[in-house]
Amino acid sequence: METKTQSLNQAILDFIDLCKTKPHADSYLIAVLHKVQQTYGYLSEEHMYEVAQRLQVPTSVVSGVATFYHFFRLQPRGKYAISVCLGTACFVKGADKILDAFRTELGIELGETSSDGLFSLEVSRCLGVCALAPVVTINDTVYSNVTVKQVPQLIDQVRHAEG
Amino acid sequence: MEKVHIVINDTPLEVDSQSTIMAAAEQLGIKIPRLCYHPQLSIEGACRICIVEVDGSKNYLPSCATQVREGMVVATNSPEIRQARRDLLELILDNHPRECQTCERDANCELQNLAYSLGVRERLFEGRRKQHPIESSSASVIRNAEKCILCRRCVRVCAEVQAVHNLSQLFRGFDTVVAPAFSAPMAESVCINCGQCINVCPVAAFLEKNSTEAVWQALADPRKHVVVQIAPSIRAAIGEGFDLEPGADMTGPTITALRRLGFDSVFDTNFGADLTVVEEATELVKRLQSGDRLPLLTSCSSGWIKFLEHFYPDLMPLASSCKSPMSMLSTLLKTYYSRIMGIPAQDIFVVGVMPCTAKKYEAERPELFTEAGLPSTDAVLTTRELVWMIKAYGIDIVHLPSGTFDTPLGFSSGAADIFGATGGVLEAALRTAAEKLTGEPLTELNFTSVRSVEGLREASIEIGGQTLQVAVANGLGNARVILDKVRSREKSYHLVEIMACPGGCIGGGGQPYPTGGRYVLDREVNRLRAAALYRIDEAKTIRKSHENPYIQKLYAEFLGEPGAELAHTLLHTHYIQREPRGI
Amino acid sequence: MQQTFEFYDALYTTMLEQYLQSGMKQKTVIQVGSATCELAAGAASVRDEFAKLIAASGRDDIILKQTGCTGRCAREPIVGVFRPDQIPIKYEQVTIDKVQKIFQEHVIAGRPVTSLVLDKKTDILYSYVATVCSSSRCRSEEMEASEDLLRRRLQALQVPAGTVRIFPGGCLGLCEDEKKGSHRTMMVLPDKVIYAFADESQLDEIIDAHFIHGRVLKKYLTHTNFITEQFFSLYGDVAFFNKQTRLTLRNSGLIDPESLGDYVRNKGYEALAKILQRNEPAYVLEQLARSGLRGRGGGGYPTGLKWQFAADNPDPVKYVICNADEGDPGAFMDRSALEGDPFIILEGMTLGAFAVGAQQGYIYVRAEYPLAIERLEKAIAVAREHQLLGANIMNSDFSFDIEIRLGAGAFVCGEETALMYSVEGKRGQPRIRPPFPTESGLWGHPTVINNVETWANVPTILLYGADWFANIGTVKSKGTKVFALAGKVINTGLVEVPMGTALRDIIYDIGGGLPPGRTLKAVQTGGPSGGCIPASAIDTQVDYDSLAAVGSIMGSGGMIILDDNDCMVATAKFFLEFTQSESCGKCVPCREGTLRMLEILERITTGHGTEEDLTKLERLGDLVKKTSLCGLGQTAPNPVLSALKNFREEFEIHVREKRCPAHKCSQLIRYEVRTDKCVGCTLCARRCPVGCISGSPKKPHTIHQAECIKCGECWSACKFDAISRD
Repeated sequence: METKTQSLNQAILDFIDLCKTKPHADSYLIAVLHKVQQTYGYLSEEHMYEVAQRLQVPTSVVSGVATFYHFFRLQPRGKYAISVCLGTACFVKGADKILDAFRTELGIELGETSSDGLFSLEVSRCLGVCALAPVVTINDTVYSNVTVKQVPQLIDQVRHAEG
Repeated sequence: MEKVHIVINDTPLEVDSQSTIMAAAEQLGIKIPRLCYHPQLSIEGACRICIVEVDGSKNYLPSCATQVREGMVVATNSPEIRQARRDLLELILDNHPRECQTCERDANCELQNLAYSLGVRERLFEGRRKQHPIESSSASVIRNAEKCILCRRCVRVCAEVQAVHNLSQLFRGFDTVVAPAFSAPMAESVCINCGQCINVCPVAAFLEKNSTEAVWQALADPRKHVVVQIAPSIRAAIGEGFDLEPGADMTGPTITALRRLGFDSVFDTNFGADLTVVEEATELVKRLQSGDRLPLLTSCSSGWIKFLEHFYPDLMPLASSCKSPMSMLSTLLKTYYSRIMGIPAQDIFVVGVMPCTAKKYEAERPELFTEAGLPSTDAVLTTRELVWMIKAYGIDIVHLPSGTFDTPLGFSSGAADIFGATGGVLEAALRTAAEKLTGEPLTELNFTSVRSVEGLREASIEIGGQTLQVAVANGLGNARVILDKVRSREKSYHLVEIMACPGGCIGGGGQPYPTGGRYVLDREVNRLRAAALYRIDEAKTIRKSHENPYIQKLYAEFLGEPGAELAHTLLHTHYIQREPRGI
Repeated sequence: MQQTFEFYDALYTTMLEQYLQSGMKQKTVIQVGSATCELAAGAASVRDEFAKLIAASGRDDIILKQTGCTGRCAREPIVGVFRPDQIPIKYEQVTIDKVQKIFQEHVIAGRPVTSLVLDKKTDILYSYVATVCSSSRCRSEEMEASEDLLRRRLQALQVPAGTVRIFPGGCLGLCEDEKKGSHRTMMVLPDKVIYAFADESQLDEIIDAHFIHGRVLKKYLTHTNFITEQFFSLYGDVAFFNKQTRLTLRNSGLIDPESLGDYVRNKGYEALAKILQRNEPAYVLEQLARSGLRGRGGGGYPTGLKWQFAADNPDPVKYVICNADEGDPGAFMDRSALEGDPFIILEGMTLGAFAVGAQQGYIYVRAEYPLAIERLEKAIAVAREHQLLGANIMNSDFSFDIEIRLGAGAFVCGEETALMYSVEGKRGQPRIRPPFPTESGLWGHPTVINNVETWANVPTILLYGADWFANIGTVKSKGTKVFALAGKVINTGLVEVPMGTALRDIIYDIGGGLPPGRTLKAVQTGGPSGGCIPASAIDTQVDYDSLAAVGSIMGSGGMIILDDNDCMVATAKFFLEFTQSESCGKCVPCREGTLRMLEILERITTGHGTEEDLTKLERLGDLVKKTSLCGLGQTAPNPVLSALKNFREEFEIHVREKRCPAHKCSQLIRYEVRTDKCVGCTLCARRCPVGCISGSPKKPHTIHQAECIKCGECWSACKFDAISRD
């Protein structure tokens, strides 16, 4: 079936086609959305609409699923996603103060992206590295035993690397 | 069926083993308070209002979802349950606007009624409340998420009954909101405007777009000639708005009430229905004889037509090009009527009273506007809105004398009356088509094989040595079954009637909220309403549309032949594939 | 007739030959952890550095190996150096700058770097490590402790100090039935032999032969199948591990998680071969029921019974699911297990599928665990390649496959009905039970859902027998339980102990106690569904019933140690904040009630609480508990209710005196200058970010309370203890 938008890349389209050969093709919705987010950084309405059309899942269902799971982002993310773990161990070791420090230092609120598009601030619920609490991840790098004092340094490091 | 023995509130009783506690309690005449429960929809079990205590269970159990078992001991009204129920209801109220007195559903709200009867008299836990703007982009359906209590009845009816899946819960937890995909405005969604979400909503989270003010203003405007037409199913349901039993024939009093309201002329959409039958039967005969692609899909239901445009655009060529009865009549009012009365079309204000919210959208379709760019129908009122107007005016409709429709656009055959019930359009069309095909008068007028309020019927009908395969579907979930067979060419039909709403127009999204503890979509309510229409049909002498003398006169004096040029220009339309595409 | 034994033998032989051909046995192995936590601690660069050094040395008898996580999180990265001639040495917190030293001195020259050894307790390197069983299960009260006996005899026989390091081990589960109670066991490293001796004279013989003359004394060797032998032979000399009983985690940190060979050589797939050969699902069900295994995900439902329901269902289509949606904040047992030993989960699920008659399995993993997902994907591919998944497993008639499904950040998906919806690609909102999944689960078919740890127990039970398993633990709680020990405790990490172990033993013996100067206040178990156990109940045993009796739950295994600096109101609020934000929004009590509870707690922690609020909290808590649809809501009030019950006084101080005794609730803290101590150095005034401290130099300063933001800068800056905090 033809759709208006044709923006998903071939790898995702192939994956959807593969899913459609399996029983309960619609059950791969979450898997497809993961792939879209991996590729494009977030789930745009256009992409979700196309996923709905190709997987033949009602668009409202796709939208309902995308907004239910906190792992899915509906807005583009900064180039560097800073995620402060707020799991129990991290909380007990002062993760809330780390989060505040990032807020102040970056001048953005949770879920926002800095105006230069460089940073976005998120929280995560336990990365399972509790023994190294408090933990912060910047993209895929994990920083353990983070202190408030380290916060500006971490940011500077990135800014420096970006020139 | 296997029986089990249980005890409810110290009373032993024997019930079917498959029954729920809620159903079992009803045997004792106890209607356990409930909110998200709806007998025609899947069990949600989310509001928890219907909780009961069951011996041996540490938590309270929802009686709507808990099956009985042998030896079960249930308490439905212990002090603990009463407090828990009240507290639960308070939690809902704490997150609900405190504006009952200015709310459209004041005194007709399930939440309000429940709060009253359970005795919620204090607010202990108030705090943050959700805030959402009212979304009023749609011509038909207003969404007010702030009032939503997340019972999910609308989501369920939209998916389970209508198979439209326009509504979903978005986000989660306290932020959950019911909306179309991507929180899009209803006007930019796959909503087909059927209004069933309004019907099942226990509060005022969904409402029709209110047109009463526009009508009041037109009535008060001395320059306007305000005419009204009422759809067949109005007469069989409007009484419920005034606490009458479903199925009371209110044709006469309604006409009088409309005159009291100040309408200059009162016409019957039935006339449009007779016209539709003649045009559609002509189209069917033509297709049968020319070997054009079949089946002919009926096109009276505006919700169904929008569904077709979003979900099955590939099947649009199969749909009859006939406008709906309302639009046919409105078109005539602004052309034929305007001419014979000598009133310029722009001074005529046409009001349609419809059981339907989708007709509000239909009225705004540009392709149905007159040549001069005027809307054919200026305002569409739902049955509920007309009830409000009558009540606001203070008219005692129940005791009004009977009135009669104005001519020439107020006379109709019995075939038109049954348009309001599922299968009626098909039956009416067959009465006319049969005579056209055989050239002989039809003796048995009742095609009972297509009657009943079930959602889906198929029948083979012998007409003049030819077997016609016909199907009737009401509720779009049922329609999909037929449409998929048509699309895949799995089965060949000649004529298919599709009505968007369960039960047909009588179960429309604009009909009065059922009274007396009945539920919307209740088959019994629809059966009673339909029975009224069939009684009216039976009582009429003229029961075939093409025998309506005013129809014959209209063709002779104005339109020419059925399906001919002017008839085609005025009475037929076309369809447009719509985005977003439905799935 | 199934031919699975032949298949297994061939598999085992191939794997063994591959291993022998690699010459690994005669080589020095450098083992670096590679779990998420290890990598977070910098293990990757350490591994790369070793690789560089090995390459540069040109030696082909040094092998670099990756393993999962041992659970010794606080000391990561951990590096093991295993020379064939030496007892295994583990190094802690190995950073890249220490690699060179370890490599040159130990790997090349054979002299362990004692200053870097794990726990730093080993300033002498012993020739032998003797691990003796000190479990109370096998000996009576009046018997002399094995470690005392051994110490006494070593002295008597004048074995020089520094020769034998004695380690009192936990239950190793290695006693043969007929010797139980009459014999003691002792494992000796580096020879990896286990002795069973009946009396002092036999022990003397062993000491003489082994420790004095360096000969293994064969006549007292025991041949019991010792399941944790491999693990203990590497880690048994570290107190943290030694006190544990590693059944499900026995391979974590030992094997290369990506190597089927490693798994097979450690008894992997032997249980499956045995069961498929026997080809009798009823036997598996009977064993599971008899073992007394209960679900490790929190509910504690008897696994055998659950399986039986599914097996009895006539539906020909059935599913099994591994719930790896480990969402408790503060729990990382499953991640570690999946990263460290993925094959054991596959084998467990295959066994379960065989027992109930399922054709398809799903592992539902959090998307937040990329490494676990990667390891599982690899393991599934390898298993398929070796006919351990797919059609005709091990040449039997049984076919079964596993697929991974990713979660996407919804704690509620740990609830089984929500999880199934998520597997089906929908919003993970729970539905009412019954019907239970074993009756109507995935796509309406019978489905068995167990969590990671439960599945990991299955191969072990079927390999060693239900009776052996039922021997471990308490009457009603069998086997072991893995806990993620975190919070205010020295040795944070993963701990696997027999059911019935006292909290005290976990915190002090394994966890090494609290940091100096701190006192234990409470132990939080069960995460957001659990409760806080007060310090007074520290002798509570960890088993399903005892924890429930003190108002908490076993949960999936999070264990957070709280000290006197932790505010119980704030802790309760933390957990409620979590569940509130994770509420799916379906049912009224959880969606609305948890927010109202949270608002009350916010009022209390900011000084706006009233006495009435405490009553409301209890009323709402009870309502949410009793009326919520699913387990998340039904347990959400637990942290609050248990805190209210055990620490009510602390709540009352918050509402009556507007004070937080633990100084955690910042808005309730009041900083004031002690005029008698203030020397007017002006440091505090200079540090104050809002400039609310005034005063002339050399004169006592004043804090203007209205402007104070309670940041505590003045308090930490003052060198004269002149700022009071209350």
